[in-house]
Amino acid sequence: MDTTKSVWLPEQASTFANSVDWAFNLYLWISVAFFAIIVVLIAYFVVKYARKRPDQLATAQIVHNTFLETTWTAIPLIIVMALFVVGMKGYWNMRVAPSNAMQVDVTGRKWAWSFDYPKEGVSTDTLVVPVHQPVRLRMTSTDVIHSFFIPAFRTKADVIPGRYHSLWFEATKTGVFQVFCTQYCGTNHSYMWTAVKVVTPDEFQAWVAAAADPSKGKTPAEFGEILYSQKGCVACHTVDGSTGIGPTWKGIWGISVPLEDGRSVTVDEAYVKKSMNEPATDVVKGFQPIMPPFQGVLSDKEEDALVAYIQSLK
Amino acid sequence: MTAHVHDNINYLKTSKGLKSWLTTVDHKRIGLMYLASILVFFITGGLYALLFRLELWTPNKDFLSVDQYNNFFTMHGVIMVFLVVVPGIPGALGNFVLPLQIGAKDLAFPKLNLTSLYLYWLGAILAVISLLAGHADSGWTFYAPYSLSKNPAVMWMLTAAFLLGFSSILTGLNFIVTIHKMRAPGMTWFRMPLFIWALYATAIMQVFATPVLGITLILMLVENFFHIGIFDPALGGDPILMQHFFWFYSHPAVYIIVVPAFGIASELIATFSKKEIFGYKFIAFSSVAITVIGFLVWGHHMFVAGQSEVADTIFSFLTFFTAIPSAIKVFNWTTTLYKGSIELRTPMLYGLQVLFNFTIGGLTGIILAILSVDIHLHDTYFVVSHFHYVAMGTTMIAFIGGIHYWWPKMTGRMYNEVVGKFASLLVFVGFNTVFFPQLIMGSQGSPRRYYHYLPDFQIFHQISTIGIIILAVGLFTALINLLMSLRRAPDAPQNPWGARTLEWEFAETPPVLFNFKETPVVTHGPYEFAKEGA
Repeated sequence: MDTTKSVWLPEQASTFANSVDWAFNLYLWISVAFFAIIVVLIAYFVVKYARKRPDQLATAQIVHNTFLETTWTAIPLIIVMALFVVGMKGYWNMRVAPSNAMQVDVTGRKWAWSFDYPKEGVSTDTLVVPVHQPVRLRMTSTDVIHSFFIPAFRTKADVIPGRYHSLWFEATKTGVFQVFCTQYCGTNHSYMWTAVKVVTPDEFQAWVAAAADPSKGKTPAEFGEILYSQKGCVACHTVDGSTGIGPTWKGIWGISVPLEDGRSVTVDEAYVKKSMNEPATDVVKGFQPIMPPFQGVLSDKEEDALVAYIQSLK
Repeated sequence: MTAHVHDNINYLKTSKGLKSWLTTVDHKRIGLMYLASILVFFITGGLYALLFRLELWTPNKDFLSVDQYNNFFTMHGVIMVFLVVVPGIPGALGNFVLPLQIGAKDLAFPKLNLTSLYLYWLGAILAVISLLAGHADSGWTFYAPYSLSKNPAVMWMLTAAFLLGFSSILTGLNFIVTIHKMRAPGMTWFRMPLFIWALYATAIMQVFATPVLGITLILMLVENFFHIGIFDPALGGDPILMQHFFWFYSHPAVYIIVVPAFGIASELIATFSKKEIFGYKFIAFSSVAITVIGFLVWGHHMFVAGQSEVADTIFSFLTFFTAIPSAIKVFNWTTTLYKGSIELRTPMLYGLQVLFNFTIGGLTGIILAILSVDIHLHDTYFVVSHFHYVAMGTTMIAFIGGIHYWWPKMTGRMYNEVVGKFASLLVFVGFNTVFFPQLIMGSQGSPRRYYHYLPDFQIFHQISTIGIIILAVGLFTALINLLMSLRRAPDAPQNPWGARTLEWEFAETPPVLFNFKETPVVTHGPYEFAKEGA
């Protein structure tokens, strides 16, 4: 049982979480108090001043009370101005990354995330970061607006095509933390999940070394399987034969498939590679031409690995 | 003098047949037609919500596909915002009640009023065409570039919203002129019922804010058809600009939605407490204050969208000021009950629900203005719940309360009081069961618009789904109760609630064609229950 998890808030795992939760809880108790006062007064008045005879008039016609009106204008005003300052300070802290922050480039696309580490020269589909290290995410999208949300870190920011937007955090404990897309982005918006894996600095170095050449020691098909989830193919193509947004890869190799325009094509290396680079050209019948092109995204070696993986899915 | 005899019979009987209704310029008949249309769409939008809530019973697929789910929440949002809550209270109750409450024969521009209704219907037809043209799946916010995918259903929907905007502008214009120029002798500004003040503030927002929506939607259509590069980043456009435009309308729209409800709540609470409303001028001016501040806070919808930190800070600061007039209203309504003579009739039960729900709706709004906390809560179920506490819990509940309050005046019939109270209790329990768990689910981090969710959130979804069933039963019970009353002979007295406003004290039940047999002369304020007798 995580002790930082409460009825209202998820577990805390970043340096922001404490101050955000402090402001949340402060406000929660202020509002519970206000709400209780209002509801108790309403209930009391409704019972106490219930009309007993049909022609009964109100016992007093009070239309104005300067003291009361001034008080209940001033007190909320003071409270909300204090809340403004609390929120502003916390927010500015969230927006300004420390100069020693490690940079990771984040790309959102329908409906997957990818992470590139420019300094370390590695790429991944699950964000891996060292604990107690400020990390700055420089984020952009290849298609529509997404949003990168880590509940345990209490931070999020929209990921916008055509521009960079950033957020930063410093994880305070190791573990695996959920990431959601929170800006509606179409069909599989609610499947656009990933995770932040927070590890010790040593584990991080080991991970970088292994990730630097993900194909090392693997057959092309095994490497293809890694790319299948890393590059986001998994969002639309299944490998168990069930229908997804796109055709399943299971058993598709070598067979002839009907296309939207009435022609048919045999699924071979040429067709698979063409479908990665120009996916809208030969769309399998019954599917929408919505796959983003991977031209320039995949290296030749990666394309070959994916072909080998599809070939292996009998 | 046949014309006068004709004028002096009840407006429902002055002429018969469908044509007489479709060509009427009588604000009361137009109000009733709005009411019927809005209820049809309220039921439609509600059924969408019922279906997708049932789908959310488990984290994975139950009976709707993911695309159907995305379409259903889009339809729910578009229908409820543009066809129900924005036009709802002004179109239906405002139309019927406004001239009666200020002692006028009709609105200033009766034909323009009918034009508003026809534009509403045209917009509604386009929304139905969108339904037939495919799956609109953009969400009601139409964010670019997702909504620029050339989906014909989305484009029909944009056009529908554009026409509905014009309907809204014309109604607002009509109300402003009527309130300024058509008040009966003695109806000074500070003798106007608070519902009129609320409609006045709303009308100002409709006239000033809605054109911006029109411009935005036109630019969206132009972008879709001609790819100019206004909002589409692939063409050099700016999707954040679209959000600024959209919220420049849609934030004031939230106040267009809720301010009329404040007006109804004031009528109900004062009348059923037989009490002068506490702080009349504060309530009247707080409606106007919310109007002004409401124009300056749109940027709080974009705290995570990538606008500058300076803009975020300024919008946060300004947003906190909306809390003050809102809080004043809640305190004033509560104080009005003090030493009153409180009668818990059906409309009053809805009035008290408004007070309860709006307190939660308002308090959950203030926390979203706290910048650092909003970053966590933004785009989660917390926001969904906050919005529904305002749009449904405040506006629709006030609307339903208002329908129960003015129903005898509109139809000449009293409904069954016991059934009415029972239905209002179900609505209260149902509504809060739907939306309270969503506050917790949201602050725990559950994103909105999710078809597929973490199993941790299932319990909240299930409570919420049980709630919507209770709510639906309550709403249908209320509707059937109202409709059943139409089968009876007219039995409503002129002033069943002992109210002090003109529509009850001077106008017959139901009113005559031009509302009053002779122009009323106003000698007292709207809530002067101490001075009995006119």
